[in-house]
Amino acid sequence: MIKELLQSSPGWANFGIFFLLGAVLLLIVLGFVTYGILAERKVLGYMQLRHGPNQVGGRWGLLQTVADVLKLLLKEDIIPKAADKPLFIIAPAIAFAPSFMVLATIPFTDKFQFADIGVGLLYYIAVSGLTVFGMVLGGWASNNKYALLGGMRAAAQMISYEIPLVMSVLGVILLTGSLNLNDIVAQQEHGWFILLQPIGFIVFFIASIAELNRTPFDLPESENELVAGYHVEYTGFRWAFFMLAEYVYLFAMSALITVVFLGGWLAPFGFLGFIPGAVWFALKFSFVVFIYIWLRATLPRFRADKLMEFGWKVLLPIALGNIFLTALIKSLFF
Amino acid sequence: MIRTEEMILNVGPQHPSTHGVFRLVVKIDGEIITEAKPVIGYLHRGTEKLAEDLQYTQIIPYTDRMDYLSSMTNNYVICHAVETMMGIEIPERADFLRVIAMELNRVASHLVAWGTYILDLGATSPFIYAFRDREMIINMLNELSGARLTFNYMRVGGVKWDAPEGWIEKVKEFVPYMRGQLKGYHELVTGNEIFIDRVKGIGKYTKEEALQYSLSGPNLRCTGVKWDLRKDEPYSIYNRFNFDVPTSEEGDCLARYNLRLAEIEQSLNILEQAAAQFPAEGPILAKVPKIIKAPKGEAFVRIESPRGEIGCYIASEGKKEPYRLKFRRPSFYNLQILPKLLKGENIANMIAILGAIDIVLGEVDG
Repeated sequence: MIKELLQSSPGWANFGIFFLLGAVLLLIVLGFVTYGILAERKVLGYMQLRHGPNQVGGRWGLLQTVADVLKLLLKEDIIPKAADKPLFIIAPAIAFAPSFMVLATIPFTDKFQFADIGVGLLYYIAVSGLTVFGMVLGGWASNNKYALLGGMRAAAQMISYEIPLVMSVLGVILLTGSLNLNDIVAQQEHGWFILLQPIGFIVFFIASIAELNRTPFDLPESENELVAGYHVEYTGFRWAFFMLAEYVYLFAMSALITVVFLGGWLAPFGFLGFIPGAVWFALKFSFVVFIYIWLRATLPRFRADKLMEFGWKVLLPIALGNIFLTALIKSLFF
Repeated sequence: MIRTEEMILNVGPQHPSTHGVFRLVVKIDGEIITEAKPVIGYLHRGTEKLAEDLQYTQIIPYTDRMDYLSSMTNNYVICHAVETMMGIEIPERADFLRVIAMELNRVASHLVAWGTYILDLGATSPFIYAFRDREMIINMLNELSGARLTFNYMRVGGVKWDAPEGWIEKVKEFVPYMRGQLKGYHELVTGNEIFIDRVKGIGKYTKEEALQYSLSGPNLRCTGVKWDLRKDEPYSIYNRFNFDVPTSEEGDCLARYNLRLAEIEQSLNILEQAAAQFPAEGPILAKVPKIIKAPKGEAFVRIESPRGEIGCYIASEGKKEPYRLKFRRPSFYNLQILPKLLKGENIANMIAILGAIDIVLGEVDG
């Protein structure tokens, strides 16, 4: 349906439908963020011998995040006197906007996708790279030394990990011959790429954690060193925007991993095909999110210089080797 | 041409990883520290001066608040000093209770050190596991003394309260439980590559430097100096127990981390023996005068606290109050080496090094 709409001539009705669909997606994403945060707190809680939120909204704390967001909305909005005001205000928006933009290309099921563009994978990686501008600008504009250090770390980390991230999916692209995410899923009918590209998957997964700024790669905001890193001066809803961006990226990255390596909406075995694709997608997606949370509960943080070393000296060569190996096998046997 | 500048960063007094109100003024070039200056005194309460107007028994609660993670050893050092001056014999049961309480407290203190150290390095869960096990100790000490942290348990001549019924059994049960937990700790953290990367070879110093800076406790033993007052100058009844003094040659943060865990093990050994030999009956307080007056003269005693050598010097004129009281507070001395260690390190290592020294600000500031 969306495809036909995209190809039809532009008009108000057309625009209205897309606007509506966009709003629906926004609600889905916000719903995920709301309950993703709750799930993270619950899972972390049980892993850490706690209960997690269990007061607001019944036993499961179902309204905890809602209450938190309301609180953030009501908070005083503080802009430091010495801050670069325009940049300080715009930075959270710069950080957030790309996180939502990348969602457009992700095929949630074979029917539900907004923009089926030819270079979907490239688009995702390129646009998601923009977020770091928000972090660096926010850190710089705050005129706070911790924030500055956090922003610098964010920039260094992004550069070092974006490259292995791209290199690791090149293996998948070699196998499919396409950057289109739909094609990539379709190619996994007979075997997920996590099986065909295990090395690529591992590198991609590690680099993705660094992209998401999550433990053990949460250096830009490392609480124990930089207090809160680049968003140390942010309060209220501006701060919430940074957090929102982080969790929307968690959503997007988990979705991307599901699509590229775990076969998207496809059932793991043919005879399970009667279960709708959306369910499979949701299951795989939740599993990836769970692994991110699990890692957060387990691992200590990398050190900034070791992180660079690891990115450039370990991940990148492995990713390049993976490309070489994939190309070799493909040209010899297929 | 790019112009670079060093900047001054105030770490603390409000910072998640300075373990209290400790301030560190660091000059950084990028993330590399070129100069570090510790600023202390935010928690200074003048314990030593206050003590000059207090009777000896009244001083004991103040010592609780110095090293608040191991109040028992602080209690002991002041009582021990007064007892040494007065020449009081301690009843056996009281000595056992003291040793058990001190060793439990040592385990609790090292657990906090372990948990918060891993927390400093960015992992959140081990901290909570450590506090779960510490909670058991705290509850036991609470049953013994009526307080969870500031025990005020010991008195000149013995202890204030006898062990409640079934308490020794709890200690006996705790020992094997804690041994099992320690194994889990090692599995969870010690072998972790990222963790080893963060601490191995960081904050290194030699034996000579450690002695020059008057370090003590695990901070000294990590350089290979086998010095533990429980063994080398036995006080109380420590000479009755069979235990080891773990040492290590590396002198880095990893060595200090390992030593603390190894010391928990040795403390458990002592606890096991002490609980087994615990006398069934007996007084818990020696016959002491109602008003304690240390005879004219001076005395200095030192014991092994979890953080190092804690000493107490008393100068008395034979009155109810000491003429002058001085504590050798190990955290304060251990902290001295920090500026030297920090030079040339980056911010992340700064946290790792500071955490490995294991300071308690109540003790640093006195």
